[in-house]
Amino acid sequence: MNDFLAMGGYATYVWSSYAIFVAGLLIDYLAPRWRNRRIITELHGRLARQKKKTETAT
Amino acid sequence: MNTLSLWFHKFGSPPTFYRLSRLLCPWLFAAACLIGAVGLYAGLVLAPADYQQSDAYRIIFIHVPCAWMSLFAYIFMAANAFIAVVWRIKISEILAMASAPVGAMFTAVTLLTGAIWGKPMWGTWWTWDARLTSELVLLFLYLGVIGLFSAIEDRRQAARAAGFLALIGIVNVPIVHFSVNWWNTLHQGSTVRLLGPSRIDASMLWPLLLMALATHIWFFASVLARSRSSVLEQESGKEWVREIVQAQGVRRE
Amino acid sequence: MRYGTLGSACAALIRRDLLLTWRRRGDALNPALFALMVVALFPLALGPEPNQLMQIAAGIVFVAILLASLLALDALFRSDYEDGTLEQIVLSPHPLPVLLACRIGAHWLTTAVPLILVAPLLAEMLHLPRAVLPVLMLALAVATPLLSLLGAVCVALTVGMRRSGMLLALLVLPLYVPVLIFAAGACNAAQAGLPFLAPLLLLGAGLALALVLVPLACAAALRISIS
Repeated sequence: MNDFLAMGGYATYVWSSYAIFVAGLLIDYLAPRWRNRRIITELHGRLARQKKKTETAT
Repeated sequence: MNTLSLWFHKFGSPPTFYRLSRLLCPWLFAAACLIGAVGLYAGLVLAPADYQQSDAYRIIFIHVPCAWMSLFAYIFMAANAFIAVVWRIKISEILAMASAPVGAMFTAVTLLTGAIWGKPMWGTWWTWDARLTSELVLLFLYLGVIGLFSAIEDRRQAARAAGFLALIGIVNVPIVHFSVNWWNTLHQGSTVRLLGPSRIDASMLWPLLLMALATHIWFFASVLARSRSSVLEQESGKEWVREIVQAQGVRRE
Repeated sequence: MRYGTLGSACAALIRRDLLLTWRRRGDALNPALFALMVVALFPLALGPEPNQLMQIAAGIVFVAILLASLLALDALFRSDYEDGTLEQIVLSPHPLPVLLACRIGAHWLTTAVPLILVAPLLAEMLHLPRAVLPVLMLALAVATPLLSLLGAVCVALTVGMRRSGMLLALLVLPLYVPVLIFAAGACNAAQAGLPFLAPLLLLGAGLALALVLVPLACAAALRISIS
């Protein structure tokens, strides 16, 4: 196990590049998710406002 | 031809696209993670150490798939941009603009991991080699497309303008590669090669191909996830969006 | 209603642009002044050693001229867009690419020619060897129209925006990379005593291609951003 982690003396290089790769994918996974949630809450608010407006008008 | 165009219009209609992508997205992400995990296990544990580079070569299993993806994403973006500029199909505009950030991410990862790999192997973080320079220019092109897209107010016009820029860029990249190659021979710079002249061994090749497959699937999953929210945003006035928003809102409360 | 011929429309467009520049002669010199100042900064930063400056002179001159033409690009369609002339040009019955080619040509005459004229002075400030000067002038004569043409497409894409300065630089600079490499490379090759004709010929080929394709691309881009 230690041998595996040491990567023949290149541990910093190998593991840091893998960390960058995983971090990139993680950001790529989360960014649209957050955007989707923001858009839906925004639309939800707009819908509620519209409903209120029509209720007060009638 | 008729069935094809019919299928295209059906898939291209925003509600169908939204439902289909919501169905596909989790499966694609899961498949990418699974194949990627197998590939990484094979690359990190099963594949033997290189006789020249020892274990440092294992960066290849992420660096090379990301480099392939940076080009593939650009071609995908440009193809969609072409459809968007010529036939003005809404889904193509959205797909082209959704693939730009993913491609930029893969390009940035390629550059960073390449620098990290270069340090122990060539003794330097960066050389002005043709591949590295054209990859850097590719990143600038991606950033230009994203910047232009976010700078224009009207979403559809922004997508068409940025798509046009992507089409100009696809002419630029080979020219940059060629010109830097010529410039390098003038300066007689150190000729570095990422993959040596020796052919890659089969025990290292199949994890590499698995990783390439995983990144391709990931790319499509991410593009679908991104275009899904763009569809929702652009179609915000429509009835089907209202239904979806109400359904989701009820679920959260 | 009858329209004038295409030739008369082009002539009118070029005459108008030249006249506008002549009325504001001071502004027309700004790019040249800017390049002069950028070049003056390099000896101040690097030290006044003639040998050291000589080595990088051609590169600095090209980068200075490239930045100056980048700054001048913003004015290409700006005032025309604001006072509505650009829409009239787009709506005119004449082919838009030809009119745009005239527009770009006039822009090149008014901004790039002063830069080419001031280039020997810039070269002398950095102790560029006299023998390289003809190559430098030739490379500039081929490269600056190419810079104006490539820049024009990007300006056409950003024309509708209020603040486009930094974004324009981000769009334009990747396209300028090959031009810079070949133009400065020709000078460096001449300075090193190597054959310098090949990069100049490649630049010329690029210019021939751009002269045909860029007006078409520029028209398409303009139609996208004014719609």
